[in-house]
Amino acid sequence: MRELRVREALREAMAEEMERDERVFLLGEEVGHYQGAYKVSEGLLERFGAKRVLDTPIAEEGFAGVAIGAAMVGLRPIVEFMTWNFSAVAFDQILSNATKLRQMSGGQFTVPIVFRGPNGGARQTAAQHSQAMEVFYASIPGLKVVAPCTPADAKGLLKSAIRDDNPVLVLEDETLYGTKGPVPDGEHLVPIGLADVKRAGEHVTVVTWGKMLPHCLEAAATLEREKISLEVVDLRSLRPLDSNTVVESVRKTGRCVVVHEHWPYGGVGAEVVDRVQRDAFDDLDAPVLRVTGRDAPMAYNRALELLTLPDAKSVVAAVRAVLAY
Amino acid sequence: MAKIVELPKLSPTMEEGTLVRWAKSEGESVQVDDLLAEVETDKATMEFRAFDRGTLLKQLVAEGSVAKLGQPVAIFGEPGEDISALVASAGPSAPKGAPSLAVAPADAAERSDVAHAEVRLDQPGDRDEGKARAVVVEPSPSSGSAEPSPQPRRRRDEPAANLVASTKGLAGVVLLPAHRREGASPPADGSGGAASPRVRRLARERGVDLSRVHGTGSHGRITTRDLEQVVASAPAAASVRVSGRVGDASRPEPLVRPASSMRKTIARRLTEAKREVPHFYLEADLDFDALTSLREQLNDGVEKGERVSVTDLLLRACALALRAVPASNASWVDGTIVEHRRCDISVAVAIEDGLVTPVVRDCDKKSVRAIGAELRELAERARAKKLKPEEMTDGVFSLSNLGMYGVDRFAAVINPPEGMILAVGATREVPVVRQGALAIGRRCAVTLSCDHRVVDGALGARFLQALRALVEKPVQILA
Repeated sequence: MRELRVREALREAMAEEMERDERVFLLGEEVGHYQGAYKVSEGLLERFGAKRVLDTPIAEEGFAGVAIGAAMVGLRPIVEFMTWNFSAVAFDQILSNATKLRQMSGGQFTVPIVFRGPNGGARQTAAQHSQAMEVFYASIPGLKVVAPCTPADAKGLLKSAIRDDNPVLVLEDETLYGTKGPVPDGEHLVPIGLADVKRAGEHVTVVTWGKMLPHCLEAAATLEREKISLEVVDLRSLRPLDSNTVVESVRKTGRCVVVHEHWPYGGVGAEVVDRVQRDAFDDLDAPVLRVTGRDAPMAYNRALELLTLPDAKSVVAAVRAVLAY
Repeated sequence: MAKIVELPKLSPTMEEGTLVRWAKSEGESVQVDDLLAEVETDKATMEFRAFDRGTLLKQLVAEGSVAKLGQPVAIFGEPGEDISALVASAGPSAPKGAPSLAVAPADAAERSDVAHAEVRLDQPGDRDEGKARAVVVEPSPSSGSAEPSPQPRRRRDEPAANLVASTKGLAGVVLLPAHRREGASPPADGSGGAASPRVRRLARERGVDLSRVHGTGSHGRITTRDLEQVVASAPAAASVRVSGRVGDASRPEPLVRPASSMRKTIARRLTEAKREVPHFYLEADLDFDALTSLREQLNDGVEKGERVSVTDLLLRACALALRAVPASNASWVDGTIVEHRRCDISVAVAIEDGLVTPVVRDCDKKSVRAIGAELRELAERARAKKLKPEEMTDGVFSLSNLGMYGVDRFAAVINPPEGMILAVGATREVPVVRQGALAIGRRCAVTLSCDHRVVDGALGARFLQALRALVEKPVQILA
């Protein structure tokens, strides 16, 4: 077991997979000579050379398309978007090509591609650079979408994503890149499609992923002092979504709160609520509530930014609301 | 004209940096984009390159010291210029005119006021960004007095508590049901006893008529506790439904009691297992002559409470068999096959009113005696209902032994998400055929239940073969 930061864990995952399979290569803006916009790919160009680590121009649609083509003819590309906001420029490549070519070609082509990068906002990155994009991607058939939060999950899920023959989107988080955590030694894979109970509890199930996980854990620590025990479920995979783990938990607690960064309309949060109310209806003591980012573009102003996304206090408020039933 | 050069933001989340090394000395001429210094931030060591050209007249920060964003770090100008005034104004602790990207001083003070519960993301991590994020900068109103940490700078005269009704001032959006939002009129009190789906299910299962139950929850809701009280005080009411012999009062009434949470858990999990897991069963009559002899030898001279049991030996044997046939050490998890790399075995332990399955971890790495001691300790605590939840979950395989109750053979139900369970019967002395002649041997019937989604017949059979080989040459279990 070692302590690694999330960015080091991601780097290790890529390096190990590139070592293991010569078809795996990395491309994106600043991934090579600049050592990575967020230093995730630091050292990879030196180690693997310019044929395996490619610096691209600022042309997401272009390099996403190049990578999809490479995947179709047998390579296993990892495409880094400097942030997932910029994937909007390449949306058609992902939506129409990466996810659909396998089916449309009757299986003649597979697209074993990984798209990765930081998702959501960071600090004062403002309206166009603060979007939590799972709200667009998680509903697309043909894709897998994961959102790891801890270093161990980041390494394990990125490795599984690279080995997966389907297109997989890995939604990381810039504000969590520096977070340290234990990572098991040796080969460490986390299966896609499996949630993880990050904290066991009895009274309320809190379902979350990504940036909001630390706030949920903080809320749990706060409420522990009042003898209210939260069970915090980290989804880790948004598609496929492990509703079994969530429903098992709600069957135990009877109450559920879903906490996420993305906007309130629909998305992964609403999907979780649907599954809980359908599969655990007779176990609910209260309606399933959501705590979400505000229904507005992210402001540049720092004070407004802090009011836009949920924090531990918002989670505590929602927990009290479900306990009031 | 000499001017001060401040430490710029070299990465989006940088707030300060350590000046590791000056690349230019005082008096040296600098061109645009020349490397001025190396600055170590929370992320990595960044290059601080010159934006202007000129002469580096003074280094204001020594190598190895920390500078904040916007702090003056150097003075540039023409050689020979008088910079004494500038040097005086650029004191080491005063960030002069912080650049627009820096955090305003008010924020820094704010941050230090806020008390936080200690948060761990597995291990203590880099929490700088997290701390800053949690601060709600004035003048936004605080969200009420419900949480205990004192935050005097942020308190406002907001009406206290009822967080349910007001989400004003909270970060993000807390989506509440319509009747609980601010300004909504609450439903009439005692409104015919609304009850949650769970309460209604419990009422159905216990035959309780909800219209007779008084609700003590908010707005007259009937809570689980209200239901529990009704059932506790009037068990006869429930029994009419249960006996099924309506009107025949001469038959003896059954004793009805609500299921304990353990019984409910057993009912739920095992029903789910039988419904969801495609079970199949492999039976084997194992030759227990050698094992019985080995056990006698192991227990020779050993105190009664510390003797090795058949179960202890079988736990290690099963663990070694799992290692020998690793593909059988697997679980079906939502469309993926998870092959485990550990041998944590759940053992069925009968306790008053039910059974629990404490898990003995690493049965392949512990000696038989260690396994025995651990199992005895777990079983004792199980009977005292003192097992912790984490001691009863996360096994990869189960073992259940009913031999001591005189059961010859049986088939057990798999504990999901495990892939197999071994049911062990009594050791019997039976007539056997040995080298063409009738003899007396010891046999023990075991049945391996397998989850067909991860274990096929042949794979389960190979596990049993490995187990048989160990049991029939049992000194290998000790190796």
